[in-house]
Amino acid sequence: MWGKRLFIAVFLLPPLLLYGIFVVSPYAQAFQISGTNWSGLSPTFEFVGLDNFRRLLGDGYFWTAIRHNGLLLLLLPVATIGLGLFFASMISVGGRADRAGVHGVRGAGFYRVVYFFPQVLSVAIIGVLWKQMYAPHTGMINGFLRGIGLDALAVAWLGDPRFSFWCVLAVLIWMNVGFYVVLFGAAMQSIPRDLYEAALLDGASRVTTLVRITVPLLWDTIQVAWVYLAIVAIDGFAIVQIITDGGPSSSSDVVGLRLYKTAFADGQFGYASAIGVAMFFLTLTVAAMFLRVTRRDRVEL
Amino acid sequence: MALLTETRPESPPETFPQKAQRTVPVISHVFLVGWALLTTLPLVWAVLSSFKSDNEILTDPWSLPSRLRWENWARAWGQAHIGRYFLNSAIVVTGALAITMLFGAMAAYVLARYKFRGSRIIYFAFTGGMMFPVFLALVPLFFVVRNLGLLGTLPGLTLVYAAYSLPFTVFFLTAFFRTLPTSVAEAAMVDGCGHFRLFFRVMLPMARPGLVSVAIFNFLFQWNQYVLPIVLMQGEGAERRWVLAQGLTALAVNEGYRGDFSGLFAGMTIAMLPVLAAYLLFHRQFQSGLAAGQLR
Repeated sequence: MWGKRLFIAVFLLPPLLLYGIFVVSPYAQAFQISGTNWSGLSPTFEFVGLDNFRRLLGDGYFWTAIRHNGLLLLLLPVATIGLGLFFASMISVGGRADRAGVHGVRGAGFYRVVYFFPQVLSVAIIGVLWKQMYAPHTGMINGFLRGIGLDALAVAWLGDPRFSFWCVLAVLIWMNVGFYVVLFGAAMQSIPRDLYEAALLDGASRVTTLVRITVPLLWDTIQVAWVYLAIVAIDGFAIVQIITDGGPSSSSDVVGLRLYKTAFADGQFGYASAIGVAMFFLTLTVAAMFLRVTRRDRVEL
Repeated sequence: MALLTETRPESPPETFPQKAQRTVPVISHVFLVGWALLTTLPLVWAVLSSFKSDNEILTDPWSLPSRLRWENWARAWGQAHIGRYFLNSAIVVTGALAITMLFGAMAAYVLARYKFRGSRIIYFAFTGGMMFPVFLALVPLFFVVRNLGLLGTLPGLTLVYAAYSLPFTVFFLTAFFRTLPTSVAEAAMVDGCGHFRLFFRVMLPMARPGLVSVAIFNFLFQWNQYVLPIVLMQGEGAERRWVLAQGLTALAVNEGYRGDFSGLFAGMTIAMLPVLAAYLLFHRQFQSGLAAGQLR
């Protein structure tokens, strides 16, 4: 009996200690610090109650950042899941159809491997790479536009407030699509081929089969994809910080970057923690809304 | 070159002589090759640019390098310290991965296999960490690490990486240990095997497939970490202990000022190629590891 208790204690204490110090205690302290006016310069601070949150409500920079995260939350999952489903179905049922059924395209494995490249590259590499891609004179994008004679379209992508946010969104889509092609592709393997064959014989177009057969049968996987992309959309910090640093004039700012700058550039730790708490409730709200919206009967096979 | 062979149109089907069915694969390939180019061209461009001279980069972004300038790579590795950052990343991730896997497996095993008071609370405490955005913790974490005297040190970053990898690791491995058959454990106990021996000699080897997928997921999570090192590797002399992600972004800023574009591209290529090579070798494991990680 003692042997078992000792064993449990020895196995649980080190992980719990590590976890408690570096994860649980910061999360708990964040709520506490968000109620103070701590500036970090002095060890003293006062509790100011909800003042930080009141200030947040009137903070134009914060709302700009929230709006951008909101846009990401709408557009990133739609575009990424859409493209992911499109390419995955091209790969697994986009081949020829004959008596033996519907085939995948040739080289399916090749596409799956290549599309996954951005997933294994670190976000820092992707950020630096795309910052160079968008560079006005040395970048590949403007080089291409000039090469085909569209000099007028070769603009300073990241220096223009009209484009900076969309440039960031494009990179986020670029880096995420491949994973969902693989994920949806794996899920499609479990759909019986004769379903597609029957639909095609009945005269359904490929688009119809995608909307009427594939999407309903993959609904669970799509839901998971949505959750993960929502997490990416609420974050967005690394890509934005590296590519545009929120600029020009906060035209691509996001909440995570606001928090980081408020804390580590301005030294307003109390206020930054309040932004963190707001971010936490934003996450919870999105999760709750998501659970309401996607509740839908599963299609059983 | 591989692209060209992949796009070869299919031979016509034996029966089913519908014209539309023959064009579908061609259309599919057009779209698929399009995205494949969109994925690979930026990477190829970075690698090619790493061999160019700055003048070649400035005059035409689409030109090919006139010769292979390995000196760009040497400059990035040495003068721009990419080599040192690489080593720092390797040290931190190796240590963090070892701690994560050992501690994660220990906690998950006890939580999955032993009944005791409070086990459910501990389980939810661990897995609850997956729900909180890491940004909420950033400010207090900075001070926790600083008060421990670990700010800007490799051991500090190692412990933090390991701690933030625990929620998913415990979650995944608890489920995995539950699926292992109890009969083997019982037989070992009857043979006089103690709890510790049972874990290290029987359960860990049996859990290998699960451990491998979690390890790959954790490796990518830790190797690709950005916000944690940015926040924690600050302070005096910390730039000697920067990790790759941080060093590369600093390089991007500095070389931009100095105009050493080829050095920047070389640094990027050095950071990019090893992981891409490892991925090409083990792409199946990578894909399943990541899928397991994101399907939590």
